[in-house]
Amino acid sequence: MITAHNLSKTYSSQTVLNVESLEIPKGQSFGLVGNNGAGKTTLFSLLLDLIQPSTGHIINNEIQVDQSEAWKPFTSAFIDETFLIGYLTPEEYFYFIGELRGRNKADVDALLSQFEDFFHGEILGQKKYLRDLSKGNQKKAGIVASFIGNPEVVILDEPFANLDPTTQIRLKGIIKELATKENVTVLVSSHDLIHVTEVCERIVVLNKGEVVKDIQTSAETLKELETFFGG
Amino acid sequence: MAFGALYFIGVFLSLGVGVYFIIEDADLGDPLRVVNQFMIYYLAFDMVFRYMLQKMPVTNIKPLLYLPFKKSQVVYYSLGKTAVSFFNWSHAFFFVPFSIVLLTQDYGVANVVGWHLGLMALIYCNNFINVLVNNKNNVFYGIAGLFILLGVSQYYGWFDITTYTAPLFDILFDIPVTALIPWAILLALFGSAFNYFKKNMYLDGGLATKASEAKTENLDWLNRFGNLGTFLKNDIKLIKRNKRARTAVIMGFFFIFYGLLFFGGAVESYDNPFMKIFAGIFVTGGFLFSFGQYVPSWDSSYYPLMMSQNIQYKEYLSSKWYLVIIATVISTFLATFYLYYGWEAYAAVLAGAIYNVGINSYLVLWGGAYVKTPIDLTSNKKAFGDKQAFNAKTLLLTLPKLLLPIIIYTIGHFAISPAAGYIFVTLFGVLGFVFKDKAFEIIEKIYKKEKYKTLVAYKQKA
Repeated sequence: MITAHNLSKTYSSQTVLNVESLEIPKGQSFGLVGNNGAGKTTLFSLLLDLIQPSTGHIINNEIQVDQSEAWKPFTSAFIDETFLIGYLTPEEYFYFIGELRGRNKADVDALLSQFEDFFHGEILGQKKYLRDLSKGNQKKAGIVASFIGNPEVVILDEPFANLDPTTQIRLKGIIKELATKENVTVLVSSHDLIHVTEVCERIVVLNKGEVVKDIQTSAETLKELETFFGG
Repeated sequence: MAFGALYFIGVFLSLGVGVYFIIEDADLGDPLRVVNQFMIYYLAFDMVFRYMLQKMPVTNIKPLLYLPFKKSQVVYYSLGKTAVSFFNWSHAFFFVPFSIVLLTQDYGVANVVGWHLGLMALIYCNNFINVLVNNKNNVFYGIAGLFILLGVSQYYGWFDITTYTAPLFDILFDIPVTALIPWAILLALFGSAFNYFKKNMYLDGGLATKASEAKTENLDWLNRFGNLGTFLKNDIKLIKRNKRARTAVIMGFFFIFYGLLFFGGAVESYDNPFMKIFAGIFVTGGFLFSFGQYVPSWDSSYYPLMMSQNIQYKEYLSSKWYLVIIATVISTFLATFYLYYGWEAYAAVLAGAIYNVGINSYLVLWGGAYVKTPIDLTSNKKAFGDKQAFNAKTLLLTLPKLLLPIIIYTIGHFAISPAAGYIFVTLFGVLGFVFKDKAFEIIEKIYKKEKYKTLVAYKQKA
């Protein structure tokens, strides 16, 4: 589904990302871990054509993302609060995203009804604008919005951060289901090793912009990661 | 603040130096008394401007709360910060030269000093009143309405409030010691502002950001415009729900009356046909300039979303374009009262409107691609413009916006007749309208080229 060739990003003299090749097959749940500054967000921003690569390119479903915009209809993401429109209510925001992705109100409502548990009664019908919601609730709205319109690729940067424990557990279930049942390629980054090992079939460790580990998740993976980051 | 601030400084300075002689020439009586007569309106206007634009000191208090400062120090600091605001010292550009002129005209030194100090205190009183009434919209609109009513009734000679207020200002001059009274009021206001702040310095008290109750709006009637409607719905909400965007609309509305200076003959140097076409551009283009020049900055806080969502640039830009066009058309209708000054005045307005629709609407969108100033929608900071917004490219683009129509008009005016001048300007506008698709293609390319730079620029928070 997604391939990166010879991909690098350099700011003046500092190389923040350097990935020779990376291939993510369709329907994989892909986890990205690494310390601050390892290049996780840079990689995601390159995937969304928000920054330009210094060398190389990314191909998303046969489309080179920095050349054509045809990847947009089947790719969606929630990176940070700049993906939210603060002066809209959550409902208006969901409908807006729905309209952009060719879904009418009924479609969006049907999708939202599946996430009632996840919202925990704190998102819909609250008479609040997104900007007035707490960080965790903003995140819930942003994550669910990225599921609107049956995307084939979903990119979530640090989805577990700021969420309360109950919601974290629910989110894990949602991500697993997306990849296994609906064959969606899910890309997740996280600082929480336990969460990623639970959710992702495959984990890639970035360190100073380079891929240092590429693991198919197994029972030993958590241990392996803990030794890597601990030692 | 660059442009707006310089403009006001210029206006204040020239008024400060010139108003004495203007009043003297017009034979209206003792210039100081005339100034005193209208001083109440001056202060009222000052209040309105402050209320709409002056930034409140509370915004930066939070990080100071858990640092080792005494609370009273923090309050002193933030109130002190409002005291050095542009909204206070800009008045010096009027009062200082005016007082100097008074002195050179043999007014008593002690009297002028008393008057000057008294008014200085009153300006600062406004500052602290504004701090106290901040965000109390009912109070504000009540008072603003009252003053508009007073102004109207004075104009028609029903009731003249200045006969009651002028003596209050005169007394500051006649008996300089009375200047102590406004200073005492100022001190009291400062004290109450100080106490008010100190008492409310809690995260859930005065420092809480007021969340207005949100209502989900449908605006389904816009659905008939397809994707364009999707964006228009958002833009309407943007304007309705954000202070900064509302200010742009209000400024646009005031521009409608800007033409009075030209057509009303209030300013002599404006009283020629070339300046009238200039007025026509401004009267109908207020919103176009105040809102349009910041496309796409209005969406700066969620630009990454717009850039990664399933969005065509063309539709996004069309929506902004329609918004600007609709506002221009409405302004043109509202400006029909210029017919009072003769057909030529309204012809200038109409020609200006068509030029705005046909040419300037593209130019502002084009220029917007280079502005790259992130906008904080919830505050009016920098509402008067920002130095980042004044780079060589945007300045170059203002030339065709304002000068070109004047040149076109001038050619028609001298070659044939004034009417031909208006027709020429109109033709240019119609021509631009015809080439809409081509223009959009070009603008779209520029936006795409600037995309990455814009994203980086918006990351630096306003």
